[in-house]
Amino acid sequence: MAMAGPLAAAAAARSLAAASSALAAGARAFASSSAAAAARKSWFSDVGMAPRDPILGVTEKFLADTSPDKINLGVGAYRDDSGKPVVLDCVREAERRIAGKDFMEYLPIGGLRDFVTESVKLAYGDACPDLSNVAAVQSLSGTGSCRLMAEFQRRFMPHSTVYIPVPTWSNHHSIWRDAGVPQSTYRYYKPETKGLDFEGLMEDVKAAPSGSLFLLHACAHNPTGVDPTPEQWAAISKLMAERGHFPFFDMAYQGFASGDCDKDSGAIRTFLRDGHRLGVSQSYAKNMGMYGQRIGAFSIVCDSKDEAARVESQMKLVARPMYSNPPLHGALMVKTILRDPQLKAQWFAEVRGMAERIISMRALLRRNLEQLGSQHSWKHITDQIGMFAYSGMTPEMVDTLAAKHSIYMTRNGRISMAGVNTKNVARLASAMHEVTK
Amino acid sequence: MSGLDDRTPASGAAARLRTLQLQLAPCAAPADGGLSCFEGVQQAPPDPILGITDGFLKDTSPQKLNLGVGAYRTEEGRPLVLSAVRKAERMVVDDATRNKEYIPMGGNPQFCALSAALAFGPDSDCSREGRLATLQALSGTGALAVGGAFLARHYQASKAIYLPVPTWGNHHGVFGSAGLVVRPYRYYHAPTRALDYAGLIADLGAAEPGAIVLLHACAHNPTGVDPSPEQWRGILRVVQERRLLPFFDSAYQGFASGDLDADAAALRLFASARGPGGRPQELLLAQSFAKNMGLYGERVGALHVIAACPQVRGRVESQVKIAVRQMYSSPPIHGAAVATAVMANPALSAEWQAELASMAGRIKAMRAALVAALAEAGAPGSWDHITSQIGMFSYTGLTKEQCIHLRDKWHIYMTLDGRISMAGVSHKRVRYLADAIADAVRNA
Repeated sequence: MAMAGPLAAAAAARSLAAASSALAAGARAFASSSAAAAARKSWFSDVGMAPRDPILGVTEKFLADTSPDKINLGVGAYRDDSGKPVVLDCVREAERRIAGKDFMEYLPIGGLRDFVTESVKLAYGDACPDLSNVAAVQSLSGTGSCRLMAEFQRRFMPHSTVYIPVPTWSNHHSIWRDAGVPQSTYRYYKPETKGLDFEGLMEDVKAAPSGSLFLLHACAHNPTGVDPTPEQWAAISKLMAERGHFPFFDMAYQGFASGDCDKDSGAIRTFLRDGHRLGVSQSYAKNMGMYGQRIGAFSIVCDSKDEAARVESQMKLVARPMYSNPPLHGALMVKTILRDPQLKAQWFAEVRGMAERIISMRALLRRNLEQLGSQHSWKHITDQIGMFAYSGMTPEMVDTLAAKHSIYMTRNGRISMAGVNTKNVARLASAMHEVTK
Repeated sequence: MSGLDDRTPASGAAARLRTLQLQLAPCAAPADGGLSCFEGVQQAPPDPILGITDGFLKDTSPQKLNLGVGAYRTEEGRPLVLSAVRKAERMVVDDATRNKEYIPMGGNPQFCALSAALAFGPDSDCSREGRLATLQALSGTGALAVGGAFLARHYQASKAIYLPVPTWGNHHGVFGSAGLVVRPYRYYHAPTRALDYAGLIADLGAAEPGAIVLLHACAHNPTGVDPSPEQWRGILRVVQERRLLPFFDSAYQGFASGDLDADAAALRLFASARGPGGRPQELLLAQSFAKNMGLYGERVGALHVIAACPQVRGRVESQVKIAVRQMYSSPPIHGAAVATAVMANPALSAEWQAELASMAGRIKAMRAALVAALAEAGAPGSWDHITSQIGMFSYTGLTKEQCIHLRDKWHIYMTLDGRISMAGVSHKRVRYLADAIADAVRNA
């Protein structure tokens, strides 16, 4: 074992002298190289202002509006019939049980194991008989899962393109772009019918190079609310299998769409039964109201337990440099709910309640518009499903609704049905009728 | 015991051939049970630090001792949830007016303000002048990753970040994944087990102008060797002369000396510095509450950016938010709510600071106890570096072979660079550890 001593100190002194003269030489070289650079005030002068988030802009305008009966149909978070945010009872109970816990240590990189197991069971149900073939990790809600998938795709499906539906949640494009994955689109929404462009979708699936990753909304498509029928899903599954594509489901609304968790993951289970090795992003933001907890799961169905272990190890390599390990609190709450039969049943009932309120608001809005004598068909409002309705209104109509009626939504005419309630639906219908007649 | 540094995939040539096949031809239809897209994916190497704990858990010896993980342990070897934190969590959970809505991309505003005041002092120039952007982040790692992503995409002057040798293992991964080019600067001087100040100044003095330089704010991980106040002034000088951009990693504020302000001295020296023409020093800070509040698993931290003027700060903030949006949209609410409740409540804050001083005090006491025990055990050589180093970790100077000897014969687990977590040491076990080290030095 080497020891400190006079020799080491002398060496250090010589080294310091050498360093000083190197520094002086370097400084002279630098000073003479670029006077402009030396005069620059900030290293960040060239940083441009990022574009404003369009959805947040809606909220800001809403907040600034002083009208007493203003309506916010922009935000994608559930509201009760009084327009208030909701914390589910099962969630409050779960939180009560875990608060004051003696454990705040780091979770493993892949998160809370029991939470992950329960999530995978919830998503795949009986359609995946052997869950040990599934590589899965806890993630930072839906966004985090999508980011993990995008990074994974870049590393392990190099040269593959992600196919994104038109339209989609705007952040999908940003996530895959930032991950450096080439992206393309596939037809999805048909404005003429305000429904699914099934023929266009199938053509695009067929035309895409084999081995492409297709981003699919498992249910309650955001922003249109337009979902394929079970028959259409079956056909899509078959064609994707023939083309050798990788299906990646973004499931942000399981249980929240129809009120039935098994039904809402029907598309995923159809694909699984057809033998697809697919990926899933799960979010508990909406269906458990855990928005700010940032809790979700990312999974990939593999060929074998061994492959699942290898894939999972690589998922962790993606997560570690981003955040080391995921947050504890949300995972503990979800696990508590899913593992306790009583809490789980309570959750099923509460998520059904949320879905049913949305469904009844759709019916009420449509009926109101029809009763006002609107010449347009508003059938799409009740055909569409989930948090959002693609009303078909133009940006100009949306602007008028804001300016004249204090009703706020994104300019693509997307209505957050969660913002509709028995107290404001009549006024909303009346305003919509006025701008569209 | 293999596996700790084993990076060879299990199936060698066959796996490589399959990988090549997959890359040459897209995957066949999975529905007929054919190849998976991921069949060629190799097992990732185990995380070296977390792998230590794995080995420890599997060891059945009653004498086993875990000096690997960087989390605080009590004298009884147990994790600790601070009393102030426990109380704050109860307050947060019992508050029926709270909901679980998304918070902004930049995080909990009150948390951000309190975190900034903690780091830079309650009335810092940068804050008062509107030049400070603070965004809540997922602990230190998250702040480093988001800061790194922002710099890789928007910092025009350089894509190089200088990391001290050695540094926390994940630094390389974080910045590499973010898209920056990692370069070394000399830091630890093995012969003296102290700072290689001359080497540090030389390397930073030769760095390209505008390069980013990572600085550990206090309690350097893994060595525990910190610059003296005078050396910090020298580092500031070379940073200013070379126009380098400092990126501070502060994971141990209050945990190193027991004093929150003292541990922030180096950071505040830089934050309040002005260069030629009065130009304010710009910098980034990744701040973690994992250790000093014991909030490890809740992922509580913040990224701070100090810019030269408010307009630039505004634009920088907008771009950092985009980086957040693309990774996880917005940060988790719970840990930050708890930390805010602690910092905003005078009684809880005082209780927290007392607990912090107590943790730091126990670590310091263990350092002294280990040095004394090593003397009693007759371990050859000088061990003063253990008491001159500071914080959670000590770079013992033990070689890889000696560390393996400690593991295999004495069931003592540490990373193979000789780093021990002082938090894992107790009065009860310190003599055992000293005997083991003495044995390793003599025989391994």
